[in-house]
Amino acid sequence: MEAIREWQAYAYFFLTVFLVVMLYGYILHLYRAEKKGTRDYEKYGKLALDDELTDAPVELNEARENEKNENKEQS
Amino acid sequence: MQNAALEYDYTVAKWFTYLAIIFGIVGMVIGTYIAFELAFPGLNEVFGQYGTFSRLRPLHTNVVAFGFTLSGIFATFYYVGQRTLKVSIAESKFVHGVAKLHFWLYFLLAALMVVSELMGITTSKEYAEMEWPLDVMTVVVWVLWGMAMFGLIGMRREKTLYISMWYYIATFLGVAMLYLFNNMEVPTYLVTGMGKWYHSVSMYAGTNDALVQWWYGHNAVAFVFTVPIIAMIYYYLPKESGQPVFSYKLSLLSFWGLMFVYLWAGSHHLIYSTVPDWMQTMGSIFSVVLILPSWGSAINMLLTMKGEWNQLKESPLIKFMVLASTFYMLSTLEGPIQSIKSVNALAHFTDWIPGHVHDGTLGWVAFMIIAGTLHMAPRFYKREIYSKKLMEMQFWIQTTGIVLYFSSMWIAGITQGMMWRAVDQYGNLAYSFIDTVTVLHPYYTIRAIGGTLFVTGLLMWAYNFYKTMTSDKVLDKEPAFASPMGA
Ligand code: HEM
Repeated sequence: MEAIREWQAYAYFFLTVFLVVMLYGYILHLYRAEKKGTRDYEKYGKLALDDELTDAPVELNEARENEKNENKEQS
Repeated sequence: MQNAALEYDYTVAKWFTYLAIIFGIVGMVIGTYIAFELAFPGLNEVFGQYGTFSRLRPLHTNVVAFGFTLSGIFATFYYVGQRTLKVSIAESKFVHGVAKLHFWLYFLLAALMVVSELMGITTSKEYAEMEWPLDVMTVVVWVLWGMAMFGLIGMRREKTLYISMWYYIATFLGVAMLYLFNNMEVPTYLVTGMGKWYHSVSMYAGTNDALVQWWYGHNAVAFVFTVPIIAMIYYYLPKESGQPVFSYKLSLLSFWGLMFVYLWAGSHHLIYSTVPDWMQTMGSIFSVVLILPSWGSAINMLLTMKGEWNQLKESPLIKFMVLASTFYMLSTLEGPIQSIKSVNALAHFTDWIPGHVHDGTLGWVAFMIIAGTLHMAPRFYKREIYSKKLMEMQFWIQTTGIVLYFSSMWIAGITQGMMWRAVDQYGNLAYSFIDTVTVLHPYYTIRAIGGTLFVTGLLMWAYNFYKTMTSDKVLDKEPAFASPMGA
């Protein structure tokens, strides 16, 4: 019984540390990606506003475009 | 062929909206009826076996959760999904067909659920009352929804999935996992030849059954009453107000926070029961941590309105949504408080619990579904919303109803809890059970009146929606942001 309790306490401690690191790591990752310019997360807010079929996509899904072009070539 | 006038196809979204309205009214009329039964027990005898509290209570919870709320979720999904992915569902005959089949099979399932539960056929597991044949059907319906969802995603023009889509996907995956595990059951007739063909018993026994049940039960709250409703508010509030979400990064962080934390909180339903103590503590702790991601989303919504608070005064639709996120904050603070062991000792089994349930489901879930459907109406029919005034009235009547509901239940619950625990100097119980019932009578009556007000609002909603469909104020194009409303 004692051994289990001790083991639980260690597991609890390290799990907490792990989660805190993950959480702050993710926040850091989000801000870093923006600072380095690899990603601009805030522009995705536009996805809800510019949502007409005729609006230009915020980021074009190239996979779909390629597929369409291939289909065209075949037919 | 390049179709010049490609448009979003709202057929399936409309169908689900009609169901949401119908099930909303049916489910909450039953809710109000059972509320009156608690205040005036004579009502139990009016409709023979079909009108008793025990028969109607599970019917109420199932119709509002799996009829009203799910229809609202599907309706908004088929709308928000197309728009944020920038793809019309009609572009694929197959996906559109699957979506239609999804609707019809779901409709049949919901009808069978109502009939079988009214007949008293149930597994007796809360929110999992449907018997095994219906469970099998549920799986088919769910798979169809998944096919339609991932079919749409596969065709999308927009590469990035908007945050609402993340929440819809989480709803799909979460419910699939929970439902399968909790409904593992043995059909008794097929295995032993005993009982009716549709009867079954759970595969788990005793405490294990309780644990799986509340892991499921609480996460049903998570993945039916929370996650998809957040999906709705992340779309409808920005769209209606014309303001992009305050912080997209915060929405991502809250998403992962919610996904991780929610799954561990279920054992707060089993505090001071026979499950291991550490598990109860875990449920408590995770429930308190849950405030963070919940408030993350809610505050994000309120901040989205920054600088635009005049809209709150002008638009009843914005009122519904802002109040919804406020009620979301209230219930996600109240729930964690009730999960603290010492508070739970007082609150458990009392009326404070249904009080908590309903500030969430009425203030948050129902308000968001009402706002979502009314936002969609002018886009569905290219017509102005019939009446702004009616909507304003509906808002105030329903808000009054909610306040009456939860305030009466707070008082009733805490009174009840204190009376149950009260002892004299020798440790004898100070009150007998009937003493508490007598004291609670006025509060039960107030709750039932609150319910009546809420149902009145639902009828106004249905009327306004119907008049919008048939109105002659035609719009020449879809409104971009604020929904146009007649006086
Ligand atoms: C007019 C509106 C409503 C009224 C008058 C009403 C009334 C009631 C009543 C009287 C109960 C039984 C409480 C008890 O056993 O002591 C109940 C339970 C419940 N209701 Fe409602 N209800 C309404 C709307 C809703 C909605 C919209 C939802 C969800 C979307 C909902 C979800 C539930 C749930 C989950 C329970 C079970 C609570 C528990 O086990 O603690 N209700 N309701």
